[in-house]
Amino acid sequence: MFEKILIANRGEIALRIQRACRAMGIKTVAVYSEADSEAKYVKLADEAVCIGPAPVAQSYLNIPAIISSAEVTDAEAIHPGYGFLSENADFAERVERSGFVFIGPRPETIRLMGDKVSAKNAMKAAGVPCVPGSDGALPESIDAIKKTVKEIGYPIIIKAAGGGGGRGMRVVHTEAALSNAVIMTRNEAQAAFGNPVVYAEKYLENPRHIEFQLLIDGHGNAVHLGERDCSMQRRHQKILEEAPAPGISESLRNKIGERCADACRKIKYRGVGTFEFLFENNEFYFIEMNTRLQVEHPVTESVTGIDLVQAQINVAAGKELPFRQKDIVFKGHAIECRINAEDAYKLTPSAGRITQYHAPGGPGVRVDSHVYHNYMVPPYYDSMIGKIITYGDTREQAVARMRIALSEMVIQGIKTNIPLHLDLLTDATFLGGQFSIHYLEHKLALHNQQVEQSG
Amino acid sequence: MDLRKLKKLIELVEESGITELEIAEGEEKVRISKAGPPSSAPGYTWMMPMQTGAMPVSPGQSQSAADSTAAHCEVSETKAALPDGHVVKSPMVGTFYRAPSPGASPFIEVGQTVKVGDTLCIIEAMKLLNEIEADKNGVIKAILVENGQPVEYGEHLFIIQ
Repeated sequence: MFEKILIANRGEIALRIQRACRAMGIKTVAVYSEADSEAKYVKLADEAVCIGPAPVAQSYLNIPAIISSAEVTDAEAIHPGYGFLSENADFAERVERSGFVFIGPRPETIRLMGDKVSAKNAMKAAGVPCVPGSDGALPESIDAIKKTVKEIGYPIIIKAAGGGGGRGMRVVHTEAALSNAVIMTRNEAQAAFGNPVVYAEKYLENPRHIEFQLLIDGHGNAVHLGERDCSMQRRHQKILEEAPAPGISESLRNKIGERCADACRKIKYRGVGTFEFLFENNEFYFIEMNTRLQVEHPVTESVTGIDLVQAQINVAAGKELPFRQKDIVFKGHAIECRINAEDAYKLTPSAGRITQYHAPGGPGVRVDSHVYHNYMVPPYYDSMIGKIITYGDTREQAVARMRIALSEMVIQGIKTNIPLHLDLLTDATFLGGQFSIHYLEHKLALHNQQVEQSG
Repeated sequence: MDLRKLKKLIELVEESGITELEIAEGEEKVRISKAGPPSSAPGYTWMMPMQTGAMPVSPGQSQSAADSTAAHCEVSETKAALPDGHVVKSPMVGTFYRAPSPGASPFIEVGQTVKVGDTLCIIEAMKLLNEIEADKNGVIKAILVENGQPVEYGEHLFIIQ
């Protein structure tokens, strides 16, 4: 087992990884930018190294600074967390070439899944159902593109092969808009990802976002840990997630889960991974795979009892999974609310000092946050300052516990989206479950419209 | 037990009411004791086994424990009164070296005059040696880190007046 792990991330996930390391008796190295010198996990780490000024390009995306930090502290492995360099195949490769273990899949796998076209092809070959689409990159000639898209049927969505996570996409409803849409998406893709390749998929009107958690060791053992419903999104950003997904039968879960596990075995995946699907009319359609730990992993941990970060570390250290699929039991229901430092409805970010902080507690309440009383939320990074996760025997109980927890929580000095969460937790559509990925945006638009009219 | 850890332990003793601190880690042992009222002798003594292999210094650049003890006492005495001046800070994470190669003479010494662009030291990161240049003209008043010491971004390296 590793003696020392360097955590190449910040915020709540850096604290989460640190906690897992400490529980396993592994020493931790925290890296931090000048803006994060007062972070809780920096002070708790066994060693901490300042890697650069606040801007991410010079700190959390600074590969030489991070690898150099591992060298001077004699760390053995690097955990990349999520975001930042976690799905950067070059980083994974350089980490390994420098003699450290990258806690994640092999660089080739990251590359394969990072290209959304090759990822889809690999999944199709493995028998995972995909969204019908262009079967590869869109051709060059506009006539060929028109023909391809006609076969798929409007409306379609054009996606960048180098994109993902909701970036580099454009919906097209009619043939008249097609040519311009392709040109614009290609240009944007080139600028944002350095890769102009685009592909097309059927645009599903009212899908749910349901993803499957997978865990594979280096010995060919693959298990699925069930699904999560992450349909509560705005601008492709999730704000509330839950497990299990309401309305999904055990047999359907096992069927799709096993297909994903099989695909992982075929591509020799290693570590944790998430298969994202759109679910419509009782059918699952693969859109992409995330080759890292996800923000919403706690809801899966709550209903399966498995510590996913410890599992990642064990797999990276060469251990075999101590359980098989038949040992995985799904029990109860869990909900996670992402707490963001932003205006609840206008969504404008709100950095600054937290002048009053009080965390909730009680049975079935989990707080994953790095903030504390008087903590200064820096303006340089994303606005998520923590997550509240509640667990219950039923969905109703988890929801009730979340309502109580959020009503107890005090964060003053900055704005947060807690008011929006409290609104959602009494919203009829949310309470009914099985809402589409467009629901939250409709709700926000309606709210802002009403505010304008009355104001 | 590396230099940074030892430095932290010394700071701990310095700042607290502890008079003596002994720490054993595996086969290594360190004892730090605070002398009484200020005297001409150095304030701290410590014993360290000759485990140069355990220190984060690359082969060829290693120093004997005695050398580093003397060098460190020097630093802890000057720590009390740092001269004024422009602080040269580390622009990167790595290992600090005073000379271009093991056994060569250091780039600069205290009291030396430097101008903008003169190489002051090397910071090694990911097997690459990076020359760190003076960003101000003046005289080197203090060298704040040890040869072979790991440094982080923003760490104070030199004072130039």
